Amino acid sequence: MALRGEIAIAGLGQTEQGKVYDRSHMGFAVAAVERALADAGLARTDLDGLLLNPGISWGNAAMGSFMLQQALGLRDLALQATMNLGGATAGAMIQYAALAIAAGMCSTVACVFSDRPLKSPEEQRTRAGKSEGSAASYAFARGLDAAYGQFGVNAMYALVARRHMHVYGTTQDHLGAVAVSERRWANRNPAAQLHAVPLSLADYHASRWVVEPFHVLDCCLVSNGGVAVIVTSAERARALRKPPVYVWGMGQGHPGGDPAETLVSGASLASKAAFAMAGIEARDVQVAELYDCYTFTVLVTLEDYGFCAKGEAGDFVAAGHTAPGGRLPVNTGGGQLSSSYMWGMTPLAEGVLQARGEAGDRQVPRHDVVLVSGNGGLLSTHTTLVLSPLPS
Amino acid sequence: MSAAPPIARPMPELEGELAPFIAAAKEHRLMVQRCTGCGALRFPPREICSRCLSSSAEWTNVSGRGEIFSFNVMHQVYHPAFAREVPYAVIVVKLAEGPKITSNLLDCPIDRINIGMPVEVVFEQISDAVTLPKFRVRAQS
Ligand SMILES: [Zn+2]
Repeated sequence: MALRGEIAIAGLGQTEQGKVYDRSHMGFAVAAVERALADAGLARTDLDGLLLNPGISWGNAAMGSFMLQQALGLRDLALQATMNLGGATAGAMIQYAALAIAAGMCSTVACVFSDRPLKSPEEQRTRAGKSEGSAASYAFARGLDAAYGQFGVNAMYALVARRHMHVYGTTQDHLGAVAVSERRWANRNPAAQLHAVPLSLADYHASRWVVEPFHVLDCCLVSNGGVAVIVTSAERARALRKPPVYVWGMGQGHPGGDPAETLVSGASLASKAAFAMAGIEARDVQVAELYDCYTFTVLVTLEDYGFCAKGEAGDFVAAGHTAPGGRLPVNTGGGQLSSSYMWGMTPLAEGVLQARGEAGDRQVPRHDVVLVSGNGGLLSTHTTLVLSPLPS
Repeated sequence: MSAAPPIARPMPELEGELAPFIAAAKEHRLMVQRCTGCGALRFPPREICSRCLSSSAEWTNVSGRGEIFSFNVMHQVYHPAFAREVPYAVIVVKLAEGPKITSNLLDCPIDRINIGMPVEVVFEQISDAVTLPKFRVRAQS
């Protein structure tokens, strides 16, 4: 199938991200779409498709995309869905938008994420005080795992990371090298939440434990904000305000089973389809924006894309290959560890900026082949995009 | 100032799909589910066997022996009942019969825990109603 280069990202809209409280989750979503439309030089009436990845603060928003359609005042949409593959959703939204456009169902799709998990200091004083700390607020803590003191996603990923350390000899220094590499990129990104904070490996080791083997600096940030991306045909994109970012390749991989047994993410499967469609191999990738819920996730993802052999990603990162000046720049905005936690939109937005050459002080010199990954659940879902400023 | 009443430790539900497991633990037996369609053992319990899609299952005793498959060390307090216990380890035991079970390791300092350590089940009564299977290091013969 000849979809390569036929679909493009024409607009990117990002709100301020991090400890920003001036909008609701819906407000962030609407503002992100407004900015993406302005970026592309489009009006609301140009949109005929809307895909939404609702963050945690949307609650049980089974029809969140319809709520967003109403908030945006959009009429006569030809495509709409609320989607959730966790951190792989952003890539999947681009893919389904591309397929629907290629099929002639619609022409111009806004793909949207927003979340507002952080409460302002005032909100914490006035609203949250009552419920937090009560027995009811711990109703989540049910079942057998809670009885043993096992809570949350950090603890689950920690078990998988520990297996990787055992099987492949990955070390705490290796995990720390990912945190340091990404922070060095964040130090060049004025929009990054931790832009102004330098980080050494010694600082990393000194940071508090959350759940071993994870320090707090192994875990992604928590951020309020919204991101929207406009997808359209390459032909239409060429007539718009910003240079198109072409979709060269796309793929998904959802391995099933227990990733703690295999230590393999969906990247190995997703990359096959995406690289074949793009006509590239791993060595052709010039910059990689990899989903980084944890430092560990970056290591596994590097291995599963074939940038290094299985089990050798720790040495690869510790050698400086992913840092500024390295041969494979990774997470050039600082990623979710040091810039902002917008789920799969964090790597996607940075990939668009790099492909366009709009990344300022952190712009990489070679950006014709940009890899963007998304990862959801416990290495459960994965999406791959290969992007380029070149049509072919 | 009067202190708020202590928040109780989280307990597994006594009713529902875990009930046979909890009842067996009270009698110091470790049980897992067995699919009556294909014989596969599984834990935690599920409604449907992902191997043969049978929805019929029974509970069966297992040896309680296995080895540590992975572990973490919890430092952050996610639940106030554990505030005085941090840091503590959560282990995943791969039972000799195959299924994996999340638990805790008794009588072993955290820095001595290793993947692959042989362990065996012990039973710790944590309330009148609930006894939890936990594990201790098994001396290798
Ligand atoms: Zn079966």
